[in-house]
Amino acid sequence: MPLALKTYATIAEAGSALKQSDARYLGGGTLVVRATNEGDVSFSTFVRSNDPELSAITVEGGRAMIGASVTMAAIASHSGLKAIAKAARAVGGPAIRNMATVGGNLFAATPYGDFAVALLALGATVHTTEGELGIDEFLAARDGKVVSAVSFAVPTTEKFRFAKVSRIKPKGVSVLSIAALVDVEAGKVKDARIALGCMADRPIRARAAEKALVGATLTEEGVAPAVAAIGEGTRPLTDAVASSWYRGEVLPVHFRRLLLE
Amino acid sequence: MAKVPVQFSLNGEEKAEFVDSGSTLLKVLRDKMGDTSPKGGCLQGTCGSCSVVVDGELRLSCLTLAETCDGADIQTTAGLASDGVLHPLQRAFMDEFAAQCGFCTPGMIMAAKVLLDANPDPTREDVIEALSGNVCRCTGYEPIIRAVLTAARSNSQNAA
Ligand SMILES: Cc1cc2nc3c(=O)[nH]c(=O)nc-3n(C[C@H](O)[C@H](O)[C@H](O)COP(=O)(O)OP(=O)(O)OC[C@H]3O[C@@H](n4cnc5c(N)ncnc54)[C@H](O)[C@@H]3O)c2cc1C
Ligand code: FES
Ligand code: FES
Repeated sequence: MPLALKTYATIAEAGSALKQSDARYLGGGTLVVRATNEGDVSFSTFVRSNDPELSAITVEGGRAMIGASVTMAAIASHSGLKAIAKAARAVGGPAIRNMATVGGNLFAATPYGDFAVALLALGATVHTTEGELGIDEFLAARDGKVVSAVSFAVPTTEKFRFAKVSRIKPKGVSVLSIAALVDVEAGKVKDARIALGCMADRPIRARAAEKALVGATLTEEGVAPAVAAIGEGTRPLTDAVASSWYRGEVLPVHFRRLLLE
Repeated sequence: MAKVPVQFSLNGEEKAEFVDSGSTLLKVLRDKMGDTSPKGGCLQGTCGSCSVVVDGELRLSCLTLAETCDGADIQTTAGLASDGVLHPLQRAFMDEFAAQCGFCTPGMIMAAKVLLDANPDPTREDVIEALSGNVCRCTGYEPIIRAVLTAARSNSQNAA
């Protein structure tokens, strides 16, 4: 099948080129090149931009700005992003992490998108060729805009929790992933943002559990109502790794462990 | 179909070719440049047998478009031996019986090479992590892990 790669110097040009119906943006290619290898003929042109801004990480004044072409390996090894390194390291094996980009992870269908789960818990802002939007809103639509970067307030290591459960160690597709940004003040949870992977066709918030956690102490009894509510509104995936039933059963177990760790 | 020029260094040798736009690096290395050391196992990113080193980083050549490697420095297992002398990793894979059918071996060796280049004295856990994207259907992995640790030790002896 004829394929073509078009490289543009600016993100804006790549954005206009992507408006063609047969065009697909090329990030690290771990999902789109795999699709063409498997015979996907729904597109015939790869579009990308080599704008250096897309590969930049800046951490300044407590906020991080990560270009869409930044790889999981680059995030995992960045000295200013230690608190979230675990989520980047959860993606694939070493070669995949050298290729997999932040931009691509935002579009990855379940069971992939472990880093997007972390970004959802962080309440990241997604910067696109058509303006900025909150990650909740972005994930709900995920349409043909080019993502140029994501930005978020860098959490402390204590505040940010992340767990990926897989059946093959040390690398394997997610049974589920959980990211939680938990703000504790004077022994009580002041605020919580919880995001789940593999619990719908894309990363979702666990709003009932978030609510149940506010005012709670991080003890066995304190977290019980949030643990009981964690499955609310989820529609877990069934695939070769696990059934929907299994994912639903183990979610509270792993969520409880994450809160009490 | 439009052909596009690509130019890169392969195991220290400058290469230039006209390739079909959208060709994978794996296809170009094997079919155009005659380097059959990277193997096409799954073409899905899951087996690691196509692993090569691009500008010092481990990459899957089955998911990399050749055009994106313009100007890059590419290393494959075919370039490891020099003047008929095997690389310590190749030697150790032989000595430890780490290759049976051999299909995974070039990918395993490249994954191990980037590990040892960055960390000459890895632990067993470091080795397992470094090889975690590479599948072997024959050996049960133990001989491969042993071979990488043996190569690391022989390297440090050579350096001493
Ligand atoms: C063997 C294997 C293991 C994997 N393991 C994991 C895992 O453990 N966890 C996980 O989360 N994922 C995993 N993945 C999936 C994938 O590697 C990651 O999700 C990765 O982050 C995708 O990024 P990419 O740059 O390779 O995307 P690409 O394949 O380049 O693109 C993916 C999609 O996103 C679009 N896109 C990419 N960048 C942009 C942009 N800047 N703007 C607009 N659209 C864009 C593309 O058009 C395409 O539709 C795995 C994949 C493989 C092959
Ligand atoms: S052939 Fe590339 S990972 Fe299997
Ligand atoms: S030696 Fe046969 S797959 Fe590893």
